[in-house]
Amino acid sequence: MENLNLILPEVFISLSIMFLLILGVFIKNSSKLIFNASLLILLITSVITLNETFTINRITLFKNSLVIDYMASLMKIITLLAAFLALVISSNYLKTFKIFKIEYPILILSSVLGMMVMISSNDLMVFYMGLELQSLALYVLTTFNRDQLKSSEAGLKYFVLSALSSGLLLYGCSLIYGFSGSTNFDIISSQLNSNEYVLTFGIVFILVGLAFKISAVPFHMWAPDVYEGSPTSVTLFFTMVPKIAALTVFIRFLYVPFLNLIDQWQMIIIFLSIASMLFGAIAAIGQTNIKRLIAYSSIGHIGYTLAGLATGSNEGIQSSIIYILIYIIMNLALFSCLLMLRRNNQYYEEIDDLSGLSKNHPLLSLSLLVILFSLAGIPPLAGFFAKFYIFKGVIEQSMYFLAITGLLSTVIAAFYYLRIIKIIYFDKEKEKYDDDHSLWLKFSLTFSTILILLYFIFPGQLINVVSRINII
Amino acid sequence: MNFPILSSLILLPTVGALFLFFTKDKDGNNLTAKYVSLFTSIANFLISIYLWFSFDQTTSSFQFIEERTWIEGFINYKLGVDGISILFIILTAFITPLCIISVNNSIKIRLRDFLIAILIMESFMIGVFCALDLVVFYLFFEAGLIPMFLIIGIWGGPKRVYSAFKFFLYTLLGSVLMLVAIISIYWISGTTDVIKLYDLGIDAKYQNLLWLAFFSSFAVKTPMWPVHTWLPDAHVEAPTAGSVLLAAILLKMAGYGFIRFSLGLFPVASEVFTPLIYTLSVIAIIVTSLIALMQVDMKKLIAYSSVAHMGFVTLGIFTIQQQGIEGSIIQMISHGLVSAALFLCVGVVYDRMHSRLIGSYGGIVTIIPKYSILFMLFTLAALGLPGTSGFIGEFLILMAVFKDNFLVAVIASLGVILGAAYMLWLYKRVVFGKLINSDLKKMVDLDRSEYFILTCLAIPTLFFGFYPDPLINTMEVSVNNLIDMYNLNLIKK
Repeated sequence: MENLNLILPEVFISLSIMFLLILGVFIKNSSKLIFNASLLILLITSVITLNETFTINRITLFKNSLVIDYMASLMKIITLLAAFLALVISSNYLKTFKIFKIEYPILILSSVLGMMVMISSNDLMVFYMGLELQSLALYVLTTFNRDQLKSSEAGLKYFVLSALSSGLLLYGCSLIYGFSGSTNFDIISSQLNSNEYVLTFGIVFILVGLAFKISAVPFHMWAPDVYEGSPTSVTLFFTMVPKIAALTVFIRFLYVPFLNLIDQWQMIIIFLSIASMLFGAIAAIGQTNIKRLIAYSSIGHIGYTLAGLATGSNEGIQSSIIYILIYIIMNLALFSCLLMLRRNNQYYEEIDDLSGLSKNHPLLSLSLLVILFSLAGIPPLAGFFAKFYIFKGVIEQSMYFLAITGLLSTVIAAFYYLRIIKIIYFDKEKEKYDDDHSLWLKFSLTFSTILILLYFIFPGQLINVVSRINII
Repeated sequence: MNFPILSSLILLPTVGALFLFFTKDKDGNNLTAKYVSLFTSIANFLISIYLWFSFDQTTSSFQFIEERTWIEGFINYKLGVDGISILFIILTAFITPLCIISVNNSIKIRLRDFLIAILIMESFMIGVFCALDLVVFYLFFEAGLIPMFLIIGIWGGPKRVYSAFKFFLYTLLGSVLMLVAIISIYWISGTTDVIKLYDLGIDAKYQNLLWLAFFSSFAVKTPMWPVHTWLPDAHVEAPTAGSVLLAAILLKMAGYGFIRFSLGLFPVASEVFTPLIYTLSVIAIIVTSLIALMQVDMKKLIAYSSVAHMGFVTLGIFTIQQQGIEGSIIQMISHGLVSAALFLCVGVVYDRMHSRLIGSYGGIVTIIPKYSILFMLFTLAALGLPGTSGFIGEFLILMAVFKDNFLVAVIASLGVILGAAYMLWLYKRVVFGKLINSDLKKMVDLDRSEYFILTCLAIPTLFFGFYPDPLINTMEVSVNNLIDMYNLNLIKK
């Protein structure tokens, strides 16, 4: 029991959730209190995680069903901080839509708890438990603006499709269990050898389930509708937070139990990667809604992340993690801009609403310019370095086809990013938007934009952070 | 470590731009912005002149080297100049202040932002010529797209959106393959440091593909036939200062890249692909000259003539002889001066009459004589009249080509004649002839700033035409060394 402090973050966050629920029942009009308390809890949990587990190289708990290692600690901290930022900048939005309720932050917290369990899981059962906890919370969050038809539709769609994918995932897990006799990753890894081709079925089912969760093509159909339909604050959460956990699980699945079967899953990942990169780039061209466009662009970006995973090397994994980190920062910036497009208590989310923004809001447009060029991967912005590391890893393994397809799809993707820039800078201006934004929103936009802009000065720092991750 | 003069050359314009960013933006006559940017760019030019004077012409090795760890164990931020790159740095630093002076009449909206874009552009362009690490080079090379895209898109003509997109996507498409090649070089040789790569050489079996990847980027940027089609569009739509930067410096990046990387790193492949370059260059010279003859838009005509001139440059580079490469470099410098001046000349009449069509002019020689004289000077320089810098370049290139391949040389010489044809015909139609359009009578001659800019460009054009020694002395040792290294590496493999 002396290791209990290692799961202190999870324990703390679950106790807090229960406490906040009780608080919400007994105190009237406590939504502001709970909102702030949740923010505090997220910060405290990340500090606890940093304190208790950051120095640990690798320890397994509860009969090897949980693993605490550097990657887990790092990803948990990032998840917590990303959730904090996603929550803190959306308070005004929630108030405008009158969904500033006690359930909202609590659901976010429970979803984060689920992700933390996922990140640490070393067992199929534990993993599935975490996954379902975060998904259930997300279903509710998607429909949170229940008076809006689109929100309900998005939630239902997400629920049905996600349940289907969870079913596939479970089926895959049961197949794996049937062949290896255990649900523990380490044991599965030692039981499997590459001769058993039947196992491929199990792996394929699990990968399909996971690909659905990160919305990789061809399992992406839910993403655009859900992104568009959900409240913007939830979309923001969707693009930033669950991807971290899903990526960690992806890495663990591929590189702990199934490392020996790399020949079998590598082709699948490469296919997912190429399909996502190309499809994301091409499908985004015709979009008119910014949130939908972000959905397609996130599909594309997931493709690049998967390209890093396909390499089967530590460099590749590290580059994927760097990519997702930079992507999160870019998304934070992008959504901060989106949340600033408010006029008379109405939010605007069509691309045409950006028309001529540079005339009335020069600073906001400049940030958008930086963010969009960064998303397109143009040097010297952070987005370029993210892609650069990925392709460095990919080319190391001589996967030239993947590298060239990926880079060509960045050119296609550049087109739709440029289109937004064109609308902002070259087109006729519209009415002015409101300027009275919350301090946090301004802070997050300034902070993330400067980070993107000046990343090139110290690109080594991020590498140092992730270079301790050695899964293989 | 000495004073980091190259870094300061790169950083100074950015600092100026940053300063401008914090000043108030107002439309109309924004004098603060103008003076700040002018001051920064002139200071930069003075530094570059200082660089030229303290440059040691007797050694072929890189000078003023700066090296810092950038990404641990992977990329070093490494800068340095040799006799080839220093000339381009000076050209960049020389052209930029002239561009800034020229915005007086042509830019009506958001002057401050325009000057910021120009200054940042200058930083990136100087960075390209200083970089001694492939990744650093790529960074600067690509980063230049952003300000140029905005310059064309915000301040351009009616079809600016189309042109800006075409410019951006064409160049990006060419460059991504170069990125693949750069990363591959890292894995093949373990470094992206250009000096080390010169010593190590790259395994011959990879060279062909790598060469092609670099070629795809440089060919678009040069631009070579048949991927030149973005250039006329970009030139026509860009504001005058943008066209000047594009023609005078951006195009030279590719020529410089051919010399520094294609020849320096991949000698075996360069040998293999020389016929390809010859063919494309000759086609470019003849075809685009013929196209230029048929243009009705002055800017478009000059844009096509740029393609033809760059055809001479690539031809000269791949003769891989002392004369050829030196000729190419002089041709690039000269084209930088002359095409900049020609675009400015078009800008002058455009600001007055708002038309670029050749047909709407004619007989203006009596109305604006000063302009006509200077325009004539640059027309003659563009067609390579002896006594102008254009002649030295073309002459050296053709001499080298004659030694190498008689047929190519004959066809290329034909291009010189065509060049004379379209330039003189342009001049005749615009300046001489009958005065039909009576609106032209209201035109006023060059104002002080225009006169100053064109004179500034005319002086070096004539000076280097009569006395090219300063240029040749600066680059001679470096070019020699490049050719020696090329031949050595060729034998080794």
